Amino acid sequence: MIKKIYFQSIFFSFLFFKEAFAAESGGMPQLNPEFWISQIFWLILTFGTMYVVLSKFILPKISNNLESRKSQILENIEAAEKQREDSEAKLKEYDEVILKSKSDAKTMFNQTREKALKDIMAKKEVLDQQIDDEINKAEKEIEVLRVSAPDKINKIAIETSSELLEKLIGSGVNSSSISAIVDDLSKRNGDKYYGN
Amino acid sequence: MAANPMSQFDVYRIGPEIKVGAFDISFTNASLFMIISTVSILLVFNFGSKRNSVLPNKMQLLAELSYTFVAKMISDTAGSKAKPYFAFIFSLFMFVLFCNMFGMIPYTFTVTSHIIVTFILASFIFIGVTIIGFIKHGFGYLKLFVPSGVPAVLLPLIVVIEIISYLSRPISLSVRLFANMMAGHTMMKVFGGFVISLGLVGGWLPLSFSVALTGLEILVAFLQAYVFAILTCIYLNDALNLHH
Repeated sequence: MIKKIYFQSIFFSFLFFKEAFAAESGGMPQLNPEFWISQIFWLILTFGTMYVVLSKFILPKISNNLESRKSQILENIEAAEKQREDSEAKLKEYDEVILKSKSDAKTMFNQTREKALKDIMAKKEVLDQQIDDEINKAEKEIEVLRVSAPDKINKIAIETSSELLEKLIGSGVNSSSISAIVDDLSKRNGDKYYGN
Repeated sequence: MAANPMSQFDVYRIGPEIKVGAFDISFTNASLFMIISTVSILLVFNFGSKRNSVLPNKMQLLAELSYTFVAKMISDTAGSKAKPYFAFIFSLFMFVLFCNMFGMIPYTFTVTSHIIVTFILASFIFIGVTIIGFIKHGFGYLKLFVPSGVPAVLLPLIVVIEIISYLSRPISLSVRLFANMMAGHTMMKVFGGFVISLGLVGGWLPLSFSVALTGLEILVAFLQAYVFAILTCIYLNDALNLHH
């Protein structure tokens, strides 16, 4: 039902329009030459003015702006490139400095270590020498003491034995015979007492 | 009166009648919209070129994009020799574009929907291009009508056709723009009239058509300005670089 009304109304509206057009048809206003001269005059006036102003004042300014912007951007890019190169060179320099200082530190460390080792060795040698000397001295003394010790022991043995004999017997005994006995004994037992 | 879709193209006098000799140069609604278009173009491009910042603002971007758009169009179609005519083609493109676009606002007048306006523009281009061609090439410019590689038997026919096509350039150029603008605006008016006459019941269909047509007409308004400018470039290219 609604559909029917819809299409009917469209159909009738066409009829109305036809009537309306028929009543007011005056042809195309474009083909009425009444204002042609006026339109030509105003077209030339406005378009001409616009062309002169655009070409003399505005367009050169725009092209100038574009050019200067382009050159400015190029300059900026160039400057940025240059700065980048500079910073790269600086970075290289820095790396080199770091590398050099590292190697310097290494050599310095090695040198000082060697020097310290040398010092230590020298001191050690001196000390060794001293210790050796001391040891030699002590050994010599010991040797002397060891060599002299049996004689002293024998002497003491002789003295004590002669004193003992004197007390036991009551008269002196020939010391030379005692010493001969002691010597004989000590020679026989020498290994036991001195370990040589 | 308002129902007539052609009444939107009526030219009427605003203010007193001005006569110079036998010629009536009264200020009309057409003159008003010519002035509005040119003044808006000058304002837009004046504000667009005033300041030059590295990061352009909206006006500057608009002006510079239009500049590069037209410059690219000219260099693509007519080559680098067409550079001296850049300002003319730029003004032409902008004038036609702004007139078309102002015509899209309801209750305005479309300057380019009048055959006399487009015909004057087209004939100015035609005469200018012909003069440029004869200045650049002398009578050698007539070789334009004699394409190379055509059999001698066909030559008379081809030359006649070429001459006719050359002479019809201003007519085709002007009629194309005028007819497009007039047809589009008439159609919009007709559909608008349908909305009123069908009312709340049936008016929605023509209304939706009207909305779609408005989008289409804005596209046509731009496209016709572009076509007008690019055809000018092509004619200029014929005059500057004799290819035939």
